[in-house]
Amino acid sequence: MVYQSDAGGTRYRFANLKTLLAKATPLRSGDCLAGVAALDATERVAAQMCLADLPLKQFLQELVVPYEDDEVSRLIIDSHDPAAFLSIAHMTVGDFRNWLLSDEATASRLSAIASGLTPEMVAAVAKIMRSQDLILVSQKIEVVSRFRSTLGLRGRLATRLQPNHPTDDPAGIAASLLDGLLYGNGDAVIGINPATDNIHAVMGLMQLLDDVIQRYDIPTQACVLTHVSTHLEAINYGAPVDLVFQSIAGTQAANRSFGISLAMLDEAHAAALSLQRGLLGHNVMYFETGQGSALSANAHHGVDQQTCEVRAYAVARRYQPLLVNTVVGFIGPEYLYDGKQIIRAGLEDHFCGKLLGLPMGCDICYTNHAEADQDDMDSLLTLLGVAGVNFIMGVPGADDIMLNYQSTSFHDALYLRKVLNKSPSPEFAVWLEKMGIADARGTLQVANTLPPSLQHLTPRL
Amino acid sequence: MSTNKDLDEKHIAKKGDKPVISNNWQSLQRFTDARIALGRVANSLPTNAHLAFQLDHARARDAVHVPLDSVALQAQLLEQGLTVLPLHSQAVNRQMYLQRPDLGRQLAPESASQLKRWRAQHGCNKVSIVIADGLSANAVQNQAASLLALLSSGLSTLGLSYGPCAIVQQGRVAVADEVAELLGSRLLVMFIGERPGLSSPQSLGIYFTRAPRVGMSDESRNCISNIHARGLSCQHAIERLIWLIQMSEKLKISGVHLKDKSGEAQPLLNVTPEQKPRFQLT
Repeated sequence: MVYQSDAGGTRYRFANLKTLLAKATPLRSGDCLAGVAALDATERVAAQMCLADLPLKQFLQELVVPYEDDEVSRLIIDSHDPAAFLSIAHMTVGDFRNWLLSDEATASRLSAIASGLTPEMVAAVAKIMRSQDLILVSQKIEVVSRFRSTLGLRGRLATRLQPNHPTDDPAGIAASLLDGLLYGNGDAVIGINPATDNIHAVMGLMQLLDDVIQRYDIPTQACVLTHVSTHLEAINYGAPVDLVFQSIAGTQAANRSFGISLAMLDEAHAAALSLQRGLLGHNVMYFETGQGSALSANAHHGVDQQTCEVRAYAVARRYQPLLVNTVVGFIGPEYLYDGKQIIRAGLEDHFCGKLLGLPMGCDICYTNHAEADQDDMDSLLTLLGVAGVNFIMGVPGADDIMLNYQSTSFHDALYLRKVLNKSPSPEFAVWLEKMGIADARGTLQVANTLPPSLQHLTPRL
Repeated sequence: MSTNKDLDEKHIAKKGDKPVISNNWQSLQRFTDARIALGRVANSLPTNAHLAFQLDHARARDAVHVPLDSVALQAQLLEQGLTVLPLHSQAVNRQMYLQRPDLGRQLAPESASQLKRWRAQHGCNKVSIVIADGLSANAVQNQAASLLALLSSGLSTLGLSYGPCAIVQQGRVAVADEVAELLGSRLLVMFIGERPGLSSPQSLGIYFTRAPRVGMSDESRNCISNIHARGLSCQHAIERLIWLIQMSEKLKISGVHLKDKSGEAQPLLNVTPEQKPRFQLT
């Protein structure tokens, strides 16, 4: 296939599909670092025009990473559902954008085509969409997942309560955990990033979270975000594991750099299911992703970082996860330079994941060496709220003292629920009311002192 | 059941005289540096908490740009009897370091030559030690010497030869692989300044790698992070590292397949367990 287009009196040619995709990507530092970005703004739009004319079918013919070399490519092709693809099989990428924005593309029709889409098709259409397009289409899609709470329902916004501590100190974690619950956070998951992979420390944290969830009968789930192999080990020791966590990427080589393969994920998924700990549903996996991870591991095969990211969602959807979290600004300015690039990437990731049928959340975040600040986070937070993001992070005061980056705070979640009239997950909303933390309308009731349901903790303060 | 004081405060908040609702569990801040019990104005952050955050962000931003005083660090290490080689990555300044991670992972040609000369004259040791500024020069400046003292004594106990100690300016984690490869070492210990956090702008990380070579990926490394005054102590960090080194020597691996089970082992250094204050919800 010849990839070429005319723009501004110049004919632009693109060597192959992955080059075309890379050149069509809105500017970001990671693609410049990889040497795959468009050379100038005109070449970028020329690539977008060429991409818009490309038949979706071409993505089934030409793979950006060869089938023989990469198990993620094999997964993408082998799991493609031709029946689901049929209704859009005649479209170009440009037609597909038009259709997505049209009133014909209802929630049920979008959900019906999900298994007929490959990550590359979805990445491609995202590249020719503006922010408002990404938001509009995302908002139509409802992806619901369940374990002990129901997540992703329209009009709801959940949070991961993230009570991290630099030495995994149980008292420090408990203090942040209590604060988060009192601020109405924690319905997506209570998830700790442990400071160490030490199996005994990890199992201690699993027990701590499980004890709190059982003691107060909280309709949520726990997760200690350690390596999948450590989860397996913990399960073998009999530790209480609700969700199995793993960071995943869009190429086999990048996953290898994380020390994982599809076979390992299959094993962990089966082990988590065997525990039967979900009350409402059996979505037992929690995945994190982020643009730039494949390049960071030098495992991108010349593919742009946004396309690599969407390929990671093909890995995720194999396991019907409860949560998929794009940790958008964590990787640093080498990959997403500033607030503008982080905001665009967050909207893309959320859109692409939702279109592929994933329960997308976003860690709206930045590091201290990026050109970003709280104003940028407020923008992305508000935009993703409008787009219907399933969950965001709840970190005390937005400052993660273990991972050393800034995410969204308990207060940020309250802000978003208020301005967009959203509530926590239904089961958690009932629990908050029962505990006297919020009223029936979701308004926070806790003032200076602990609510009556937690008065027994007052002597320990 | 609400207390009178509770009702009063709500009432006052409604009148608008004092819209800030504070939290009496502020006392739990003794257990963590996390920004808990910040209070609220309806759903939002009170002014003082908001501006305190802005100040800390400004300071952390500035900390990224503080340069490493390599000469001062060399002097500290020489005092301990260590051999020191001051090196530089291919990132010539901070701006380039931030935008070009590939350059921070490679040694400048003159630094590489320096290592080759050193090896030709002195031969190989089993353990290479590399210190890099990373994203927090202050972390390295303030903690590297104490860590090195503990590490040297631990390595001597294990009978492992080590050195020289390379200090790489504008260095990233993978630059140490090149150092160790050029020095012909089997094991690599690297100390690097971590990205500055709002509450911990001086955090240091240790990376341990077996059979280091240029181009290897992260699954071969073991990481011990958050070493700072209010995080993991130098003693505990080195204790964990020595345990990893011992297990690595036994199993001939490092990285994700070398699980940190140091809790099962007897403490190797005589560190008194800290008496931790307790707080639990159950």
